[in-house]
Amino acid sequence: MKKKVLTAAMTSLLALSMVLAGCSSSQPAQQPSDQGQAQQQTPPAEPAKNEPKQLIIGRGADTKSLDPIRETDGETFRVTENIYETLVSYEDTNTTVIPGLAESWEISEDGLTYTFKLRQGVKFHDGTDFNAEAVKFNFDRWMDKSNKYHNPEGFPYYNDMFGGYKGDPDHVIKEIKVVDAHTIQFVLNRTQAPFLANLGMSPFAIASPKAIEGGKLGDEPVGTGPFKFAGWKRNDIITLEKNPDYWNKGYPKLDKVIFKVIPENTARLTALTSGEIDLMDGLNPDDAEAVKENKDLQLLLRPSMNVGYLAFNTEKKPFDNPKVRQAISHAINKPEMVKAFYSGLGEPATNPMPPSLWGYNDQIKDREYNLDQAKKLLAEAGYPNGFKVQFMAMPVPRPYIPDGKKMAEAIQQDLKKIGIETEIVTMEWATYLEKTRLGEYEMCLLGWNGDNGDPDNFLYTLLDKNTINGNNIPRYSNEEVHQLLLKAQSTSDQKERETLYKKAQELIFNDAPLVPIAHSTPPIAAKAGVTGYQPHPKGSESVEKVDIQ
Amino acid sequence: MALLAYTIRRLLMLIPVLLGMSLIVFAIIHAIPGDPALTILGEKASPQALADLREQLGLNNPWYMQYFHYLGNLLKGDLGVSLHSKAPITVEMGPYLAATIELTLVSMLFAVFIGVNAGIISAWKQNSWFDYTCMLIALIGVSMPVFWLGLMEQWVFAQELKWLPSIGRDNPRDPVAEITHFYIIDSILAGRWDHFRDVVEHLILPGIALGTIPMAIIARITRSSMLEVMRSDYIRTARAKGLGQFFVVYKHALKNALIPVLTIVGVQVGLLIGGAVLTETIFGWPGVGRYIYTAIGNRDYPVIQSGILVIATIFVLINLVVDLLYAYVDPRIKYR
Repeated sequence: MKKKVLTAAMTSLLALSMVLAGCSSSQPAQQPSDQGQAQQQTPPAEPAKNEPKQLIIGRGADTKSLDPIRETDGETFRVTENIYETLVSYEDTNTTVIPGLAESWEISEDGLTYTFKLRQGVKFHDGTDFNAEAVKFNFDRWMDKSNKYHNPEGFPYYNDMFGGYKGDPDHVIKEIKVVDAHTIQFVLNRTQAPFLANLGMSPFAIASPKAIEGGKLGDEPVGTGPFKFAGWKRNDIITLEKNPDYWNKGYPKLDKVIFKVIPENTARLTALTSGEIDLMDGLNPDDAEAVKENKDLQLLLRPSMNVGYLAFNTEKKPFDNPKVRQAISHAINKPEMVKAFYSGLGEPATNPMPPSLWGYNDQIKDREYNLDQAKKLLAEAGYPNGFKVQFMAMPVPRPYIPDGKKMAEAIQQDLKKIGIETEIVTMEWATYLEKTRLGEYEMCLLGWNGDNGDPDNFLYTLLDKNTINGNNIPRYSNEEVHQLLLKAQSTSDQKERETLYKKAQELIFNDAPLVPIAHSTPPIAAKAGVTGYQPHPKGSESVEKVDIQ
Repeated sequence: MALLAYTIRRLLMLIPVLLGMSLIVFAIIHAIPGDPALTILGEKASPQALADLREQLGLNNPWYMQYFHYLGNLLKGDLGVSLHSKAPITVEMGPYLAATIELTLVSMLFAVFIGVNAGIISAWKQNSWFDYTCMLIALIGVSMPVFWLGLMEQWVFAQELKWLPSIGRDNPRDPVAEITHFYIIDSILAGRWDHFRDVVEHLILPGIALGTIPMAIIARITRSSMLEVMRSDYIRTARAKGLGQFFVVYKHALKNALIPVLTIVGVQVGLLIGGAVLTETIFGWPGVGRYIYTAIGNRDYPVIQSGILVIATIFVLINLVVDLLYAYVDPRIKYR
């Protein structure tokens, strides 16, 4: 009798395990509709000749909206860059400006008039024509707060890059003239050196006026780009399809691009290894080695356009004294940091801007790691026995500092040796940003990802006295630097601008309002068969030229 | 009749519970520092833009004004609009909720089926090797961190053995067409059996990861509850009558042992719906837990509030259903 019950129970258990096993041991290859499916016994077979070419990109978070003027985050732009295009574009691996939707342009002698010749025969995905009127329609929408298609919350990037909105005293664009269907002219109020570079930034993407009027651009984007929007399941996948009428003949190579959200870095790598996705970013630096060794995968490095730094609150004692700041610079072992916290995927930083940008001052020799020198400077500053401060460490991994807490602990050890006691504190990210902006800290870790590849975007944004309470975290205020940066903003001559920025970097280096720690080169992992993927320093790129074998 | 009155009374009690809870949630999220405007505009926003946005979102109003405004909308059945996506939360939350419920049901199916059976057999074969093995597994199961189990599953079954997919609800190369947002139902409705299999395969690993802890708890509760019942007089009587062991255990004993198990199952289902954040994160599952978790990071107040409110309502409703089931399982229980 007893046996019967046991048998019954065991059978039920067995039944379930068979259900589980049954689901797993089936042969996907037997089902034609399953071709290209991820979970095959072997890595996905090569697509047959007529099989559509698909690329699945795994990433950490979802896009917020597909209307690029509403958003500021990279996860939005990496999708919109495939759907929309900008008037000018950048070269594949650096920030040199090249033609985009505008074929060519002329700049007047005084630097105040830009005349663009637009590409002919280009159509938006909804079939309407791309022309000068469409460009003007988009600019009117961006610059005029009272335009009925303007974003109610504003267009943060427009405000930042073009000196405010229409009617503001510093607004750069005075007038936009449609000369003919394929010629458009911008008249400026004042010269703006990075004007062209700004136009190439992903938020300044030209959308179909018809779609803008439809009011649903954020959910159903319509541009001129290599891919058309095909569908979006929130927090899961965004699907794009090839635009067969794309003006750049021969591109795109892929038939379909899918952006898939996988929040956990380790799980994302598992998905790549098991063939469920084809490409991913947000690789843990520790896993880079494993990817390199796996012959089915390849590791790509994104050229650096960022800086991770240690900032001092220069308004508070003891950091109001430059000697103290210089002393701490001497106590940070940058090469070791790069080795330990970036797994070597980065380079030690000397200046607050990365060397991949023009205008970088390579004459400046960094302060060496030297604790005796640090102690000496501290003594000169009147702190022979050191002091005690609070040290804020970032709670989230960022491309410029992958692990804020561990890095802070390493710095803490070094500072201890020169008598500075630090108490590491951390808090939730939104709070962290707010406190550092408002100067409610003594010492903190933070960093910056560049936008348009112009030195202005680093030096002015991070260290001009006008950007205190904004991104000038150290609250650094130096009148001479301020004048240099303003002058560089209003000069069109590239050579002269270079000189100005190099001079500013020298002054900043001497004042040491922050210690640049590293410029990281974020790793990207892809299947070995993915070709033509060129990571761009600006942080995201279109996959127009990508192909998959 | 008494049952109906009881049900209505319980439903009415929902109101003060939810009201109190919404107030607590509201107070907590407004007490934590952080600025929704900053998270919307990003690290690079200008102070002016931030100030404008705060004004526009009504964040400058006193908290009680914001709270009453929210309650007012709630009465109209309006859960509010997400500060981030600008989409109505009622619309936005549907698919997430469906994803979570689907996963929860599957993992509870797994947990109950294995947990109850293991508990019964352990009790019946008390102190046997089976009992010891089950309880050891249950102990490990209870103390197993979900994220670790999830990552191990992915590593073994997806990366090494390549038996099962590791992430998501379906194959992104050939996605399921959404109708009800319950993919199992959707694939059946569409008559796509390949999709159905795909969806089931995607449910297995996260289902097991999420179901392991409840399974272990259920096994332990069932065992102890069964042990108690098996010692009672009526079981001895039943055996003395010469009834078969299986009949005694699964019919007579189980019915009486089931009440505490039912309670636990109710609580666990509620917990899983709100607490699946880790599983959802590891398995890239677009569920409601992650939706709210992301909203907390973004300081998306309406989403946090409404999300928690919806989950709390479900929690309370499930426990109501459990209470009603008691009477079905044990007719001696009367509702007054």
